[in-house]
Order: sequence, then C-alpha cells, then structure tokens
Amino acid sequence: MYSKKVLEHFTRPHNQGVIKNPSGVGMVGNPTCGDMMKIYIKVKKDAKKREVISDIKFETLGCASAIATSSMITDLAKNKTLEEASKITRNDVAEALEGLPPIKMHCSNLAADSLREAIRDYRGKK
Amino acid sequence: MKKIYLDHAATTPVDKKVLKEMMPYFSRNFGNASSIHSFGQEASQAVEKARMQVSKYFNANLNEIIFTSGATESNNLAIKGVVKAYYKKEKKKPHVITTTFEHHCVLETVKKMEKENLIEATFVSPKKDGVIDARDIKNAIKPNTILVSVMYVNNEIGTVQPISEIGKLIKKINEANKLKAKSCKLFFHTDATQAVNYFDCNVEKLGVDLLSMSAHKIYGPKGMGVSYVKFGLDIARIQDGGAQEFGLRAGTLNVSGIVGLGSAIEKVKSQKSKVKSMVVLRDYLINKILKEIPDSRLNGSRIKRSPNNVNVNFSRVEGESLLMMLSVEGIFASTGSACSSGSLSPSHVLLALGLKPEETHGSLRLTLGKNTTKKEIDYAVKVIKKSVGKLRKVSGNVLKDYYKNKS
Repeated sequence: MYSKKVLEHFTRPHNQGVIKNPSGVGMVGNPTCGDMMKIYIKVKKDAKKREVISDIKFETLGCASAIATSSMITDLAKNKTLEEASKITRNDVAEALEGLPPIKMHCSNLAADSLREAIRDYRGKK
Repeated sequence: MKKIYLDHAATTPVDKKVLKEMMPYFSRNFGNASSIHSFGQEASQAVEKARMQVSKYFNANLNEIIFTSGATESNNLAIKGVVKAYYKKEKKKPHVITTTFEHHCVLETVKKMEKENLIEATFVSPKKDGVIDARDIKNAIKPNTILVSVMYVNNEIGTVQPISEIGKLIKKINEANKLKAKSCKLFFHTDATQAVNYFDCNVEKLGVDLLSMSAHKIYGPKGMGVSYVKFGLDIARIQDGGAQEFGLRAGTLNVSGIVGLGSAIEKVKSQKSKVKSMVVLRDYLINKILKEIPDSRLNGSRIKRSPNNVNVNFSRVEGESLLMMLSVEGIFASTGSACSSGSLSPSHVLLALGLKPEETHGSLRLTLGKNTTKKEIDYAVKVIKKSVGKLRKVSGNVLKDYYKNKS
C-alpha cells in the first residue's frame, strides 16, 4: 500500500534528530490521534541577505507515513528561503513521496503544518 | 530473507492434507449438492460427511450444523435470525446483551439493530484483565432479554471468557422463568472463532444455543464457516432463496469449502496434544519481550489466555510503523493501532480494557501457529527489539516534550 519512496524514507529517514539551539521549533499532533511531529530549524542569511533554512531536523512518533513525510519535508525545506519553505504544501510532500494512501493524507498535512509552525516560532522570536 | 508468520489469529494457511481432500471437488466432482443425479449425489455425500465431522466435534446433531460463508455470516444469522423470529410472535421490543469487545461482526450487527430501533442493547465491559465477569451478564438481564452473545476467546488479546459459567447461569434463569410461565426464552450465543483450535467446544458442556466459527482460523479454507443452531430453536433465515441447510441458509453449497472445513476440524483434535507445548512457547515469548524490551507491558490476562496469543504494548512507539518495520524484516504480525485501521480509530478491544487512546497505539499482536518454533521466536524478538529501539530513536523526546508543554 505504500510507495517505494515512502518505505525508503521510513526505513532510513533523513535529517532525524534534534538541533541544539534551534532558530525555531514547531510541534503538531497529539497523543490521542497517535501522530506527533516536532521540527527544528536553523535559519541563516545567505549572500543575498535572504533568510534560509540552513539545517532542519525532526522527531516523530507515528505511523510509517508520518515518519516518511517528516523525512521528506526536511529534504524539501533544506536550503530553501523561509518564503519558499512556508509555501510547501501537503500535496508537495505527498507527490515527492510518489503518493500516499488516501487515508494517510493527514500525516503529510502534519508535516507541512509542523514546518510552518517552526517558521512562525522563529519569526515570533525575532 | 527469512519469513516468520506470527499472525495466525488473522488467518492460517490451508493444511496440505486438507487441500488434498478439497481438490477433487473443484473440477472433477463439481456437482451441485442439490442435484438429484449422480454428480449431485456425490457432492451431497461429501457435504454430509463433513457435517458429520463437524457435528462430532461440537457434540451436536447433524441437523444443528448449518454451513455458512464464515463467522461473520454465522454471527449475523444468530443475532438477526433470533430477533427476526421473535418478532413473528411478539411485538414488544426485545433486549440483547453482548460485550464491548466482541468482534466487529457482532458489535456492528447489534449496534445497527439498536439504531434501527429493533432492539434494546446492553454492552457489558470486561474487567481490566480482558475477562467478562458472569455476574455482570446476570445483572444486565431484563424481563425482555432474548439473547446473550459473548465471544469465547477475544481475537485481539486472546483472553478466554467464562462461557460454560454463563451457560449454566442462563439455563438456571430459563428454568426459573419456565416455572413462572414466562414466555420469553433466553438464548445464549458464542462466537467461538478463535477458540475452536484450542478449547473444548462441546455445546452441551458450554450450555450454548448458538455458536459461530470460521474454517480459515483452523487451517481450513477462507469463505467457509458454521452456525451451530440448537434443534427447535426459534430462528428465522436472513438470506432468502432455496431451501438449503434446513431452510436456514439459502445458496448453493460450497462443496469444496465444506469438505475442507470438515477435514480441518477433524485434524484439530489430533493437534490438541500440541497445545501444551504452544503454551510453553507463548510464555517464553511473553517473558522474553517483557524482559528484553524496556517499557513493554502485556495486554489481557496472563492466565486466562489462548495458547497462541501474545499482545504487548510498547510505549513511545506507534503500532503501524512497528508493523511496517517488522514486515520489511520478514516478521508478520498485527496491531490495534488506530493508524493501521481503515477507520483511523483505536482498537475498541484495548479501549474496553480501560486503556487511554494514547496507550493503545503501541500495541503488537503476535499469534503463534502449530508450526511456530522457538528459533523463530528468538529471531522475532531480536528483530522486534531492534525495531522498537529504532522507532523510539525516531520519536526522540516528542512525547515527553508534549506533556512538558502542556503542564
């Protein structure tokens, strides 16, 4: 039921872990539903003075799809400007994973929400 | 890659000897058991032989064995059939008692009839150990109760229910009602799907009026089951058509399936000597997991438990991802996690034990089969331990942080 890409990211997730002293943190989900995601971002200015996500990591408690979407969104957001990163949608995540079972679409929603939450957290701190 | 199947409560492979006995009834002896000519008679004889094998197993009469498409149909027939027959004579709404942790095919049937205003229903909860207290059933009985339905062995946590105790209780109540010339007779039904392999299913001893089972849980074919219906019991059919199965189940008989079921049930008895060694293996598996994997816990009673069932909970792990990881490694199991269910709702069985939704996600059900070995168990635990560790690493402190933020 899962695509090869989902299984790849699930069994060998990218950017898994914690960033010490992150620029922003976003956490979504709740234990009742079963999926919880936390995304850490480090923001730096590039040569053109744009704010860029220089590092991103995640911690996720959830189903295979929740873990795969977390891993994928870190890939999609890394080295992107905050502007670009905040435009990543759940469909982008699902597409990059070569599709998700319809019932699992909410997991990719969580990943996009979590990233946006981390960006909001960073902007709020400024 | 090694493949270790530990999901025998979901289904079992068809035993090779069973398959061999079924084979002639597909292309060679393909007759319709209702036909009068020799093709039909051959098929009919095979069906009647199987009926004999099944009736012997349950200590029932031949005319009390109804072949169905499986336990789901049998449970539907038992519950809907009794209520339908009741309404042919009475007008007052009847009352049905069942438990909160039945299989969906019982639960949904009762809930739907309740919603359609056909019955009043009471759902009795098990105790924390996953076992129903017979006294709770007794206390739920009302003057208009016509049916009590309690599963023999729970499919998820493997706990064994006091069926013969409830059977005795209902017999006593019926006898007392008879003296009072009360017209409502109370019937007792059990879904014995997970019990047939391991427990005494003598209907006299159990004191049941109706019993359901499926062939594919006992190394028989899928799509085949039995309804035991006590002779003389007032029941109406729920599927209309021909007069097959004493008028209780219309439809051309699945001859090869019936032959397979008969053959499979006959082999259950010869396997019963192996039950003791399976209990040893099960306890070995439970102890090994609880000892080697931190923050793990057994769901359901340790003692009143089916020989093949292990159901454990791992905190800070989600069951569906654990299942996927095990599957990648060649271990095949099951979970009560919400994410794994089509409905995305947590297991009603684990909730019935009083677990909180967040405590149900990390459950893993491992069910042994007659050919499961200690070597396989050792390997499985090794892989489970590794996978739980890996997933806990991925989840990091997210759960702890959530509760920290909340407080």
